[in-house]
Amino acid sequence: MKTLLRLSFLASFLLSLVPLAVPAHAQKTIELLNVSYDPTRELYQDYNAAFARYWKAKTGDDVVIKQSHGGSGKQARSVIDGLPADVVTLALAADVDALASVAKLIPADWQKRLPENSAPYTSTIVLLVRKGNPKGIKDWDDLIRPGVSVITPNPKTSGGARWNYLAAWGYALKKFNGDEAKAKEFIGALYRNVPVLDSGARGSTTTFVQRGIGDVLISWENEAFLALKESGGDQFAIVVPSLSILAEPTVAWVDKVVDRKGTKAVAKAYLEYLYSDEGQDIAGKNFYRPRSAQAAAKYAAQFPQIKLITIDDVFGGWTKAQKAHFADGGVFDQIYLPH
Amino acid sequence: MSFIRPQRSVLPGFGLSLGFTLFYLSLIVLLPLSAAFLKTAGMTWPAFVEAVASPRVLASYRLSFGASFLAALVNMFFGLIVAWVLVRYPFPGRRLVDALVDLPFALPTAVAGIALTALYSAHGWVGQFLEPLGIKAAFSPLGVFIALTFIGLPFVVRTLQPVLAELEPEMEEVAVSLGAGRWQTFGRVILPEILPALLTGFALAFARALGEYGSVVFISGNMPMRTEITPLLIITKLEQYDYRGATAIAVVLLVVSFLLLLLINLLQKWSRRFQFA
Repeated sequence: MKTLLRLSFLASFLLSLVPLAVPAHAQKTIELLNVSYDPTRELYQDYNAAFARYWKAKTGDDVVIKQSHGGSGKQARSVIDGLPADVVTLALAADVDALASVAKLIPADWQKRLPENSAPYTSTIVLLVRKGNPKGIKDWDDLIRPGVSVITPNPKTSGGARWNYLAAWGYALKKFNGDEAKAKEFIGALYRNVPVLDSGARGSTTTFVQRGIGDVLISWENEAFLALKESGGDQFAIVVPSLSILAEPTVAWVDKVVDRKGTKAVAKAYLEYLYSDEGQDIAGKNFYRPRSAQAAAKYAAQFPQIKLITIDDVFGGWTKAQKAHFADGGVFDQIYLPH
Repeated sequence: MSFIRPQRSVLPGFGLSLGFTLFYLSLIVLLPLSAAFLKTAGMTWPAFVEAVASPRVLASYRLSFGASFLAALVNMFFGLIVAWVLVRYPFPGRRLVDALVDLPFALPTAVAGIALTALYSAHGWVGQFLEPLGIKAAFSPLGVFIALTFIGLPFVVRTLQPVLAELEPEMEEVAVSLGAGRWQTFGRVILPEILPALLTGFALAFARALGEYGSVVFISGNMPMRTEITPLLIITKLEQYDYRGATAIAVVLLVVSFLLLLLINLLQKWSRRFQFA
């Protein structure tokens, strides 16, 4: 009995040495954390596999990419609070800006480090209605009709919701020839038709698609396509409004984190590969509008032609838009105050 | 019943255990709380007032305190009935029912929230019958109340059970034999005995409801001015990188909760006067 015990001790001691010995012979496994916003789950699932293949072929190292998803603002805050994200791929530049301005995790000129304002793919905002469009929704005007129930997330916490709001505002501003007071009334009427404000875009999609609440979902174009695809294509229909906004989700590597972990080269390559032919193709396949002419041509039939405004033209950039509309006491807060 | 004995306890270690208690409470409770106070201390007074007294925040106080109070009140009443049945009447499946009471304790709050929302939304099992009656359960203040009632129930039942178990049925028999009516027996014999425990249960359920976040955000709909609870506003402020504003609201919540709990403790002390009277 005693020998047996001693033997098993010896065996377990030897076994415990095994993991110490192995890495010397195997290649490196690098781990990256990509902190992203809500509707990119499927995109990065595809892209991470493609990048791991590419990186393995190029360097021989294995790279494992972990994903974190949630409302864009919430995700940025997690990174500021210390979530060790190697890269962030968020819904809008303002949330990545916060990493620079609030926590100094990245340099202030981060947006110039990658092509196309660090936005490797774009999207826009469309309307998703139920089968047969029972409420006859054709454009933004129909969303303020009494009795139409509109689903959109909370712009305070969701990046997509801010794009939704700004697209509607842009439409109203054009309709009323730049009269801000009337645009404010329009947006107020629209949000009075909203019965529930989820914290992220995916939450709103779930509310609309799974719980069956609401007549129309204001949604990312890619999210709307995805909902169509998942439901088999016959339960919902996409309504393309006469005017929408060019949404530019932006990406950045987080300097403070990659410097500490020594993952800067791979994190940078990970984002740069998004601009490659393969990366652009995956974006198009997942219903994001690719930047490269080649991929854009390939998926041209998939994306409807929409007249798009940009945030710089209409709102003078994110900083201004954020302050005027979404900061405490901004227009979004005002429309909920009793008159 | 507790009272201070002038003589030394038969077990030694008062100094050591008191020291440990103070250290432990400081580490676990006071340290995080003081961090919240310190964070707000950097704010100017007008900024503090603006953060904690804007119309949206005031509306959330009304909902949070109102719904928590109502939910605790309802739980006090129905929790008493549940506890009474579980203690007094043996029936098949009693153990099972007893275990069920603890479920809201154990269930992750998000699960509770999703389940309740699925149940009470316009197309849910219960919601589809309420909708034609014009009752909107999910995404309304009523939904908040339902969620808070759900999570508060075990607090009342579990605080009442041991007290009810100690209550001797003979006392009630004596009361009746001396000519007391049923309501008199309840009001003058049973109630004074269980009132302190009832108040404790109420206070626990109320405090828990005030802080509840996970289940409520799913069912409330989170509409500004209407169905935003105070903890949600704290999170919203955090997500806008307004850490000071968030802690300022947290401080108000803390102070008011503390005062209310203190009040309930005083009430309890006062209610003890009726015991053995």
